[in-house]
Amino acid sequence: MAMATRVFLLLLLVLISSPSPSFSLYEDQVGLMDWHQQYIGKVKHAVFHTQKAGRKRVVVSTEENVIASLDLRRGDIFWRHVLGPNDAVDEIDIALGKYVITLSSEGSILRAWNLPDGQMVWESFLQGPKPSKSLLSVSANLKIDKDNVIFVFGKGCLHAVSSIDGEVLWKKDFADESLEVQQIIHPLGSDMIYAVGFVGLSQLDAYQINVRNGEVLKHRSAAFPGGFCGEVSLVSSDTLVALDATRSSLISISFLDGEISLQQTHISNLVGDSFGMAVMLPSKLSGMLMIKIDNYMVFVRVADEGKLEVAEKINDAAAAVSDALALSEGQQAFGLVEHGGNKIHLTVKLVNDWNGDLLKESIRMDHQRGCVHKIFINSYIRTDRSHGFRALIVMEDHSLLLLQQGEIVWSREDGLASIIDVTASELPVEKEGVSVAKVEHNLFEWLKGHMLKLKGTLMLASPEDMIAIQGMRLKSSEKSKMTRDHNGFRKLLIVLTRAGKLFALHTGDGRVVWSVLLHSLHNSEACAYPTGLNVYQWQVPHHHAMDENPSVLVVGRCGLGSDAPGVLSFVDTYTGKELDSLFLTHSIERIIPLSFTDSREQRLHLIIDTDHHAHLYPRTPEAIGIFQHELPNIYWYSVEAENGIIRGHALKSNCILQEGDEYCFDTRDLWSIVFPSESEKILATVTRKLNEVVHTQAKVITDQDVMYKYVSKNLLFVATVAPKATGEIGSVTPEESWLVVYLIDTVTGRIIYRMTHHGTQGPVHAVFSENWVVYHYFNLRAHRYEMSVVEIYDQSRADNKDVWKLVLGKHNLTSPVSSYSRPEVITKSQFYFFTHSVKAMAVTSTAKGITSKQLLIGTIGDQVLALDKRYLDPRRTINPSQSEREEGIIPLTDSLPIIPQSYVTHNLKVEGLRGIVTAPAKLESTTLVFAYGVDLFFTRIAPSRTYDLLTDDFSYALLLITIVALVAAIFVTWILSERKELQEKWR
Amino acid sequence: MASTLRSSPIPLILFLQLCFSFLSTTLAISSGSSDGYTINGRVKIESTGVKGFGLPGKTSNVKVILNGGQWVTFLRPDGYFSFHNVSAGTHMIEVAAIGYFFSPVRVDVSARNPGKIQAALTENRKGLTELVLEPLREEQYYEIREPFSIMSVVKSPMGLMMGFMLIVMFLMPKLVENMDPEEMRRAQEEMRNQGVPSLSSLLPGAGRAN
Repeated sequence: MAMATRVFLLLLLVLISSPSPSFSLYEDQVGLMDWHQQYIGKVKHAVFHTQKAGRKRVVVSTEENVIASLDLRRGDIFWRHVLGPNDAVDEIDIALGKYVITLSSEGSILRAWNLPDGQMVWESFLQGPKPSKSLLSVSANLKIDKDNVIFVFGKGCLHAVSSIDGEVLWKKDFADESLEVQQIIHPLGSDMIYAVGFVGLSQLDAYQINVRNGEVLKHRSAAFPGGFCGEVSLVSSDTLVALDATRSSLISISFLDGEISLQQTHISNLVGDSFGMAVMLPSKLSGMLMIKIDNYMVFVRVADEGKLEVAEKINDAAAAVSDALALSEGQQAFGLVEHGGNKIHLTVKLVNDWNGDLLKESIRMDHQRGCVHKIFINSYIRTDRSHGFRALIVMEDHSLLLLQQGEIVWSREDGLASIIDVTASELPVEKEGVSVAKVEHNLFEWLKGHMLKLKGTLMLASPEDMIAIQGMRLKSSEKSKMTRDHNGFRKLLIVLTRAGKLFALHTGDGRVVWSVLLHSLHNSEACAYPTGLNVYQWQVPHHHAMDENPSVLVVGRCGLGSDAPGVLSFVDTYTGKELDSLFLTHSIERIIPLSFTDSREQRLHLIIDTDHHAHLYPRTPEAIGIFQHELPNIYWYSVEAENGIIRGHALKSNCILQEGDEYCFDTRDLWSIVFPSESEKILATVTRKLNEVVHTQAKVITDQDVMYKYVSKNLLFVATVAPKATGEIGSVTPEESWLVVYLIDTVTGRIIYRMTHHGTQGPVHAVFSENWVVYHYFNLRAHRYEMSVVEIYDQSRADNKDVWKLVLGKHNLTSPVSSYSRPEVITKSQFYFFTHSVKAMAVTSTAKGITSKQLLIGTIGDQVLALDKRYLDPRRTINPSQSEREEGIIPLTDSLPIIPQSYVTHNLKVEGLRGIVTAPAKLESTTLVFAYGVDLFFTRIAPSRTYDLLTDDFSYALLLITIVALVAAIFVTWILSERKELQEKWR
Repeated sequence: MASTLRSSPIPLILFLQLCFSFLSTTLAISSGSSDGYTINGRVKIESTGVKGFGLPGKTSNVKVILNGGQWVTFLRPDGYFSFHNVSAGTHMIEVAAIGYFFSPVRVDVSARNPGKIQAALTENRKGLTELVLEPLREEQYYEIREPFSIMSVVKSPMGLMMGFMLIVMFLMPKLVENMDPEEMRRAQEEMRNQGVPSLSSLLPGAGRAN
């Protein structure tokens, strides 16, 4: 019997370890360990479509170049399109009640999308001689005929485009007159349009144009000697108000019947003396305009004959105002949002009657959303025939909310569409007293669940059972618990968004655990134009500092240039509280997390500023003690891409200039590599991930031979390209383009490897892991993408194969590895074709580094492909020998295979994919993968299958049945044998 | 312009925009810029409609990408697409459609003799006479669950265990029968000394597997 069990175990092992394709998923496993979230980004424009009785929707365009149609009831996406990165949306509108019209690429591409399903109906390319402001004017009538014309001003030309098929009906070029059109006015039902604009800075021109053929009927111009500053606001169909060049007076311009008359009013006459500069806020309020001066927002009403008067002065510079909305009786209303405490006050007013509030509501608002940036209003008819209003507001954290009847109907966290950086953090340890068994209610439930599963595997389950099984698997409370799990699957993803908000996402189901709008990255007087840069693990408590909560360091910058002063913020990852924030006096060029931690497990970070000083954080005496000890061993490099120089640096001593600051250090240059500017331009630099774990340096190859990987933390991969070939594909010929790749030791500046690829160009995407680099580039000769792998092996240890040497201690395995010793390395490389363009590339990482690696390739189709590193092995040959085959070497092919089952995103798209982040789980076989862009996608993958974990669909019931059957069989055989023995004895 | 295309029998036409009578004025103005070619093409997805995705005519989620992301465009309902303002040279067009594998296409826009273009699939170097892009294959992202069969149960670890048990139960006695009676007696003697394997010695093993 014992032998039998041994045989079983062997059989089991053989079965489990049999080779099989790496990543694959059954359709019913979708959503078990992955989640996908769709976002749109910060909304720029919104157009409501609520006329018909059907679905009420709002069409929006965003700063992520997304156009989307949202359900007004719930905020779900009906359809969505992500335009190209160079194709920013200028304006959107709805034409004919069924087409969404978008103008993009600075007024050169006009597209119409079918409103119900988002299918593109037509596309027009509008050409013009010079870049200019772009304007879109869609007439509001719903008549479907050729007369329904869209007017577009873009690239210095006015185009009339048929809204039915996108045909350009006529075009009027204003480039010769150098007219910069500011407004296109199309009075409803009229046969004429007005185009009003500036010529130069001091002349105003008005054109009256026939709608049918583009013929100029009237042209008037008027000069204003003071000059305009360019800001203009349309207050009615025949009146404009502009700000003059000194920003001290307003000029109201009326062009009734093509005749222009100007009237100047000093702002000081309107609002009294002020010291600030007036800024005209873009608005579309009829009869009114807004200016911002000295933290005040002033509403100026245009009375008859161009006379201006102040309607209201609001002491809230952050207030947001919507465009005017036409109500039924020729009245127009607009929405205004002001802030007060933890509430926002929404008022809807009539344009011509300031005190007539149609709606006044106060809504409690989470202060983590910041202030209101934009508001769009829409009206509906209540049952009592009065007007009700709903308001769509865009908050400072880029979230989108719908307000109706004093409540938030829905909200969307669209800040998550613009993630800057991600780091993974642990969840709290499970407290004692909460038993795991609680999850499984009781034994009966548990058994029932497993019986269902068994039925499922035996294909005996009815459809209802199948649904029950699927539901059970998806909403397993286990995966979304707020505590650390045994396998390390449950973690928090700490993401920093462009709005300066930090979110913690649960890896189990992707929900937002907490979010905090960082105080330090808030636009304030102390810090104008704050930009977030990175998130680092600041404190990862384990062992002796277990009581402390882990925290992350958020690094930002106050201002747009790289020499702007930096901001640091420390956030507790359990609670999401901002523990501390520091406004730095120096700039941030680079942050180096060091490998030392202090007694509270705070990691030491070195910040290099633009003046090449190094600053140590945390600023504690203990940290400086640790740091002084390691001072001579700290090296780093800097890349000056525009000058083509890479420099190596080391620390010298405390700063001379800032005496008394013992946390500041002067640096010295160690080496520099200057690339010839006429032939090489730095395109990409990649290093190994700092926290990467390498299990073993030795690699056993065929015939029990050993190769030693050259594993160094100080290697830098650099790719340079011919300066001519920095443009897009197709801009150079293969002869004048090349790519040179280098591997540089960043301590000594020694070039370890150099290789030139002729006839190739960028963009280059690369990953560096262990002792290998994989990079992706374009081969102009073959006109295909190529991927190359370079592996580096240490030759100096290659002769440690003799067992006797090892026994007698004559080996050099214990000799120290130093960057200063000349490395005896050999490199192997190989090239393969790869089908797709690549947007991002990453490599899996596991806890101990034993599991084989997979490359994660974000393709141009916004999918993430997992490609086994075995396919990128320079030892692949066309005909591997038997022993090589046993080692797992795949026969060489000229292109890398794309297996549809190995897309980790299966049939989902991570629209606008920008980055892929991997984090190891506690279980060695598994890697957590997070891909972000406009969408978010998370899954966990096992590059060599989950050899250390039973799969989710493992049937415990089948196992139990087998055991019971075995036990029964034992008894039966025992009884049988007893009986037989008895018979034997009687014989 | 679009209508010209649709009526054209050969969809692959690379016109200089001068050819278009309507846009001729446009180019006359923008004579300063050397670029201004248009690539027109068509994506044709013939859906087999078996797998549930790729409904016929559902082309709203297909993107056509020029030069790895320089420009992105979408399909019209009839599958046509166009890129405007493309410079002369060799370009690459990719089609991103979930459920289908498209080969990137190399497109040469010639500056010397306008209107002449060459296109070829880069995956199999097949030349195209007209710019009609068809998927090379459908992509199945999921493993297909094998239908229930006796073999799969037998092959599973449990099945093997059962099978082995059966073998022990029914074949072993046969083997025993053929044994030498002398040896048999000795073996039985030994067995008696060891006793029958008890349940308790079996269960821990099972418990571990669980």
